[in-house]
Order: sequence, then structure tokens, then C-alpha cells
Amino acid sequence: MGLPAAILFGLFYFVPFIANLRYSLTKWDRITDPEFVGIRNFVNLLTNDDLFYKVLGNNLRFTFLVVLFQTLFSLIFALFLVKNTRANIALRTLFFFPTILSSVSVGMIWLFMYDPNFGAVNLFFTKLGLEGFALNWLGSEGSALYAIAFTQVWFHTGQMMVIYIAGLQQIPQELYESASMDGATRWQQFKHVTWPMSIPTTIVVMAYTTIQSFRAFDLIFSMTQGGPNNSSNIFAVLIYQTVFSELRIGYAATQSIFFIIVLVLVTVLQRKFLNSRYEK
Amino acid sequence: MTYRIIRYLSLTIFALLIIVPSAIVVFGSSKTDAEVYNKPLSLPERWNLDNFRFLFEVSNVGRSFLNSVIVTGFSVVITLTLASMCAFAISRMITVTGKILFSLFAVGLAIPGQVNLVPIFILFNDLQLTNKLSGIVLINVVTTLPISVFILTAFFRELPKEMYEASEVDGATPFRVYRSIALPLSRPAMGATAIFLFVITWNELLFPLLLITDSDKRTLPLTLLSFRGEFFSNYSMIFTAVMVASIPMVAMYLMMQRSFISGLTAGAVKG
Repeated sequence: MGLPAAILFGLFYFVPFIANLRYSLTKWDRITDPEFVGIRNFVNLLTNDDLFYKVLGNNLRFTFLVVLFQTLFSLIFALFLVKNTRANIALRTLFFFPTILSSVSVGMIWLFMYDPNFGAVNLFFTKLGLEGFALNWLGSEGSALYAIAFTQVWFHTGQMMVIYIAGLQQIPQELYESASMDGATRWQQFKHVTWPMSIPTTIVVMAYTTIQSFRAFDLIFSMTQGGPNNSSNIFAVLIYQTVFSELRIGYAATQSIFFIIVLVLVTVLQRKFLNSRYEK
Repeated sequence: MTYRIIRYLSLTIFALLIIVPSAIVVFGSSKTDAEVYNKPLSLPERWNLDNFRFLFEVSNVGRSFLNSVIVTGFSVVITLTLASMCAFAISRMITVTGKILFSLFAVGLAIPGQVNLVPIFILFNDLQLTNKLSGIVLINVVTTLPISVFILTAFFRELPKEMYEASEVDGATPFRVYRSIALPLSRPAMGATAIFLFVITWNELLFPLLLITDSDKRTLPLTLLSFRGEFFSNYSMIFTAVMVASIPMVAMYLMMQRSFISGLTAGAVKG
């Protein structure tokens, strides 16, 4: 009975996966026939492609920032809203709300928020007298990636917060009671009870956020398309552009392979790091 | 005391960060461009549907809406059917086959289908599945199968074994056990998975962007994206389009918040 799903998945996931390896050994523009070039694409990519390293750096920076802040904020908000009071439930519903929107909608909304002349972000900073912060957020190389990372965190913090709340509510109440009997402060309770007990949830949240950040194609494509000057470009967008703007199928396939390697490496390293924390 | 101030402040800031942009969009859909630019935060002078009327007249948004409904409907139903059958098989098989099947989808979960964008683009061109809604349904089903199989397998494994064994003794075929025992019992899990699938399918951009060039076949996110070029900084129109794309999802969210939240969370936790 599992057969239909397995066949479909085999045909349209694993077969393309193998085909991708084959394409990576060719030079191909889809107009003329593919030409076998061996590992030339790999050599080129590693030794002669500044853009690749730039995108790699962007992608790692983007993932790091999003994972760090999304985990941090969702944990903090979960701690604030963990009790099932009516006001807390209402706030959870509000904080979760962006998650149901499409990335393109979120992209359009924040495109306006960041607008250098009319956007609410600059309006806010100008009103506060902080004209120095009124930047062309998405239009300058220095800030575009960070502005999008902020939007991504805004987008999914509520979703991760709900996961944390579920995890926090599993912590036995007696632990807090005995801690407060010992005269533990709020911070000590967090450090010795809440944090160690919520590490399994943290592992889930960070793993999911990592994959989510690698898949931020939709958001970046609708906000900046990777620009200006590739300063907000990440792997998925780069691969798309190599296929459609440059018509270099073989090279795009090679980029995809590195995309997979980086994704797997980041996931594995992160898992190792967190598990070592967990065992302590 | 400091804790309460920090709590109050940060909750207020994040609440405003969500309310303000939402208000700008909702108000903006009743405003002219000049109003959007000069007074983004004020209420519209007069609530009206002129922008909606204009948008449906000059663009393909109605058609895209219909396409999105079709694509999402078929994708969700097909994925749920295939994934629940597969999850049932995995949870009932302690054999090697079950393990292999499970790890097959585990790979798909760790390395999302999006990494296959180059070969899928080539393959779908060869199979002439581009510019077809059925092509989008197919790739949606493939990319959402792993997570659905995971959520449902976790659920089926929690069902008491005795339920199955009793009917197997009575000589029921596996398919019969699946249909008359597993499926009715799994309604909550299926509901949660359906909502999860519904949201990600309705909002999906990458594969439609890759496979659709014909404007009659566009789904909503694709049309919304094209407006960025067409209505360049014509934000009253863009906000109206954002409303069209979001209203079904927001309406459902307001009606069944709990199921939405648990559905979208299950997708992350079980995955």
C-alpha cells in the first residue's frame, strides 16, 4: 500500500536527483546538445567563481542570523506567554498570524515597509529623530540581506514560539516549586530548570529553522531577487538565475550539488553541537 | 518588576510589528496611491471595493484565484491519500521494507525537493508538463509527501495494536483495515496534515515560477509577483492583490485558529 507514494517519490525525487549528478558533468544550454566536460564545472566553481563564494557567505550568514534570532525570540515570547490566560492565547494567535501568509505577500508588505521614501520603517526612525537609521534598506548592499533576515524572523517566530510553548508546558511544575523553595531567582530557575529541560525543543526549532532559511527562495526572490549586486543572493536564487538568465544547465546542476553538501553539513554540525550540549 | 516591564514592552513591540503592516495593507486596499504614500497608517477616507473591481478587470487575478483553488485542492487530496496509505503500511510493517520506505522519505525530509529544481525543470519540459496545472499538482505532491508521511506515521504508530489485530483475525485485508479502522480513527491527524498542506501549497512559489510561463495558468503567488513589475510601486493595487491572495487563508485561520496552529506545528515537530 505504500507503493504508489514510493513510486511517485522515486520517479520525481530520486531519479531527478541522479539526473542532476549527470548534468553536473556537462556543458549544456538546452539549445545545442549537452557536451561532456568531466569535472570542469566543479573545478571552475571552486577555483574561479567569486560569485559562488559570495553566495555561500550570504547563505551561511543568513541562516546563522535567522536561526539565532528566531530561536532566541521564539523562546523569549514562549516564556512570556506560556500560561494559558485569555490575553496570552490572544497574543499567541496574533504572533502566529504571519505564518499563514504567503512569502510573496510578506515580501510585498515589507517591500513597502522598507521603502526609502514612504515606508513605515524610515518614517518611524525619522519621527524618533534617528535619521541616521533611515536607510535605503533593500537598495543598498550593506543592508539588504539583514533586512530580509529580519523579515524572515518576523514571518516565522510565532510558529516556533508555539512549538516552544508546547515544550515548556511539558516541564513538571514540581521542578519550579522546589527551585523556588530553595530561593532560586527567576534567572536561576531559567538557567537550571527551564533551559536544560527545553533543549530537546530547541533542537527541533533550530533544525526546522535551518531548513526553512535555506528555502527562503520565495521571500528573497520577491523582495530583491538577490540584489543589489548579489548582496542578498542565496543558493536557491543563484541556481534559478543560472538556469534562466544564463542558460547554463550543467553549471546550475553543479551549484545544486554544493547547495546539498552545504545544507547537509550545516544540519549535521548543528545536530552534533546540540546533542553534545544535551548530553552534558 | 524589571521582568514585568521587559515582558510588557517586548510583547507590545512585536504585537505592533504585526498589527501595523497588516493595517497598512487592509487600509491600503481602500485607498488611492497618493493616500497610501502620504498617510499609510490613517484609515481610508471611505471604505470601498474600487481597487478590487479594477484589479479583477485589468488583470488575470480571478483566473489565478481559480487556478490556485484547483491546484491546492487536488494537491492536498492526492498527497493525503498517498501519504496516509504509505504511513499505514510503514506503521504496520516491522519488516525491512517498512524501514526502507521510512528512510526513503527521511532523505526527502532532510534534503527538500527544492534542490532538484534543475532536473525537475528539464524533466517536466521533456514530459511536456510545463504550463499545466497537473504538472504543478504533481510536483506539489512529490515535495510534500515526505513530511506528510512522517506526521501520519507518527500518528498511526500511536494507535493501539489491538485495534488492527482484532480485525485481521477476522480476515480483513490490509486495505480494509486501513479504510474501516485506521482512516476513521486518524481524522484529527489527517485534519492537521491537511491544514499544513493547504497553507504551504496555496503559498508555494518556486515550482510554479519554474514551470509556468502562460499567464492563464499562473497561481496566485505567481500573479502577485508579476504585479510587482506591472504595477511598479502602485501599492494600492499590490495591497489589494495581497488581500485577494490572503483572504481565504485568513478567514480560515480566524474560524479555526486551534487546528491551524496545531496543524502547522505538527509539520515542524514531526518533521
